[in-house]
Amino acid sequence: MRFYEYESKALFARHGLPTGAGSLAQTAEQARAAAAQIGGPVVVKSQVLSGGRMKAGAVQFADTPEAAARQFEAVWPIRVNGEQPRAVLVEAKSAVAHEFFASVTWDGRRKLPVLLFSDMGGIDIEEVAAQHPAHLSRTHFSTLLPLTERSAKEAVAAVGISGGDLNRLTPIVLRLAQLFLDCDLTLAEINPLAKLADGSFLALDGHVEMEAEARGAQQALLAELGIGEDETRQARPPTDFEREGARLNAADHRGVAGNVVEFDGDLGLVIGAGGGSLTLFDAVRRHGGRPANYCEIGGNPSVRKTRNLTRLILGKPGVGKIAVMMNVVSNTRVDIVARGVILGCLDAGRDPAEAIAIFRIPGSWEEEGFRILEKYGVEFCDRSVSMFEAAGRAVAKLGGAGA
Amino acid sequence: MPGTFIEVKVDAATAANPDLARQLRESCPVDIFAQREDGQLRIVEENLDECVLCDLCKKIGPKGAVQVIKLYE
Amino acid sequence: MSILISRDTTFIVQGITGREAVNLVRENLDYGARIVGGVTPGRAGREIYGVPVHDCVRDICQQRGAPDGSVVCVPPRFTRDAVFEAIENGIRLIVIVTENIPRRQVAQMVELAALRGARIIGPNCLGLIAPGEAKMGGIGGPAANTRQAYRKGSIGVMSRSGGMTTEIASTLSAAGLGQSTCISIGGDAIVGSTYAELMPLFEADAQTEAIAIYSEPGGRMEAELAAWVSEQKSRLPVVAFMAGRFMDEMRGMRFGHAGTIVEGVEDTTAQKIRRMEAAGISVAERIEEIPDLLRRRLAERPTEK
Repeated sequence: MRFYEYESKALFARHGLPTGAGSLAQTAEQARAAAAQIGGPVVVKSQVLSGGRMKAGAVQFADTPEAAARQFEAVWPIRVNGEQPRAVLVEAKSAVAHEFFASVTWDGRRKLPVLLFSDMGGIDIEEVAAQHPAHLSRTHFSTLLPLTERSAKEAVAAVGISGGDLNRLTPIVLRLAQLFLDCDLTLAEINPLAKLADGSFLALDGHVEMEAEARGAQQALLAELGIGEDETRQARPPTDFEREGARLNAADHRGVAGNVVEFDGDLGLVIGAGGGSLTLFDAVRRHGGRPANYCEIGGNPSVRKTRNLTRLILGKPGVGKIAVMMNVVSNTRVDIVARGVILGCLDAGRDPAEAIAIFRIPGSWEEEGFRILEKYGVEFCDRSVSMFEAAGRAVAKLGGAGA
Repeated sequence: MPGTFIEVKVDAATAANPDLARQLRESCPVDIFAQREDGQLRIVEENLDECVLCDLCKKIGPKGAVQVIKLYE
Repeated sequence: MSILISRDTTFIVQGITGREAVNLVRENLDYGARIVGGVTPGRAGREIYGVPVHDCVRDICQQRGAPDGSVVCVPPRFTRDAVFEAIENGIRLIVIVTENIPRRQVAQMVELAALRGARIIGPNCLGLIAPGEAKMGGIGGPAANTRQAYRKGSIGVMSRSGGMTTEIASTLSAAGLGQSTCISIGGDAIVGSTYAELMPLFEADAQTEAIAIYSEPGGRMEAELAAWVSEQKSRLPVVAFMAGRFMDEMRGMRFGHAGTIVEGVEDTTAQKIRRMEAAGISVAERIEEIPDLLRRRLAERPTEK
């Protein structure tokens, strides 16, 4: 889950990292007041989660409070990758002598956190890595041993920095690494990390991401930053349909019948599990089908949970039929899922035989499940029909219905 | 009232026995059995279709006292 | 021979009294597993399907020496401690079933395992099976279902998805291709054993003649496998199934497992397929293509002198 720049900087400040004076504005008047309080040239920056705001023109400079108000008016309507800004950050413009880059992330290959440091900040770091590899250092550090200055010092020194700069940068990089570990982050990045004309350092921009698994452990911090429990902070905000799916899934702790993502097609998908859902979604699209949603069933959910998910999907405008499909299941039970989807159809006022295009879930308790499906006249298949083939049947059926 | 897929029948004597009712309540992993204030058995209708066919309830009380009926057969 | 486990493998189950663990114990015992004890603090003296429950791993090790492995099924906030306990008591193969463990804690477990010479499979996995020999974890479900899907043979299977491990094995079995060992390696961004880290074991295993893997977007595991296969000039043909192709168009959205997200180019299926194909790995678009691809690759092998 991503943080806005202003949240990232609040986190930096909390951990003793140097950030500039600034405040948020949601009106031109607030922007003017913020600039007046700073008293000097300012930068006006749109607060969005997606990248590329500079290119979109959503970062502007202003020398006076009046100019700041005008720049607010210019920046506020700009959608960056379709995203509406949450606010605009008005910050003092700094006299920058040099720009550095400091970042901490996970290296899944080495299975350790890695410090990335460069003396070529402000530009795309992938480009530095490709064009100027000597200017980018990678320093792994232990998660078991205490984190000490050594790792930070080596990261900075590795790109040829010595003297006073090395000694000023080391504690900054160390604090960034500590912040990364303490807050269960997957990314803690300062770019640019500016050296000012007076020799001090300042985080001009920040990019922080926290792992979703840590939401519980980091509750207090998230509350302090004002991040709501229903904010998924993915690439786009959740739709009402997705919110309802999450609510239904959370209402019952047994298994998973959720992780709903909305699409605009006509074929509702009641699919699972993690890998199976990815496989089946691909298969439906490969057959020319248009999925109305993505979802995951797994870990043997209760009948009620599958029922609610089915009703939600069938109730989505434009959904003609649903396809109920999974890989060969081990701990999820075929009969329990069968009961859930049939009840969901009945709830939605639909005949299961007509609403369910295909039921393809082989495995645990399949004989029992198939008996239920037979009774309701639902078309089903066992493992002799592949996931790909089952998806094809579902797509064909929907086409045949003239939906 | 039966569920859509599952019906559970308990004979009158077993249902009226608070000790057997307690055993039934404790045995069911999906809370199909509850007890009234006087200790007698109450069947929780909205949970009937959650039955996982574990048969644990059938082991309580006299043989045949508890019947789990699959309505789809 | 299979890899990592055999008929003689002894293991314990940590968190043995939990709902899913109880299930897993029965399914494993039914498949012939040698479960020599279980641990749930405060529940010593109980038995689960005849398996004695203890308070500490140490109690089991003092009685009979350290078992070969442990299956860890404790809730996320206790998992790190349970894994440390297993490792520090000399257990060398640890299967972590639990999901939703923060990455920092996974990294700590993996680091300690490396220091002590232990191997971790998972987290967020269903464990592993040597068909006809033994299984360790929920893989395949009830013994009867497991026997239906998994048959003994020469294909090694590795998968980031537990469910798809069984789907692939079932497809292979139906096509007459048995398996040597199948490993659900886990769906998290950091796992104890990656494809490339398990490859040397398959490479050294006489029973294994080819490898099938399930892969998906996110992470560098497929690139690491591709590099290993080409650098080591592996004797084993590898066929990979790639799921989640639709995600290439949906950057920053997480689907499926915790590790499944497309952030950079390296995370995309297109890039992974390119890297694997360049390393000589055959990539299937459908599961049912895997048996034929394996047969073709096996037939193409240079005949041994």
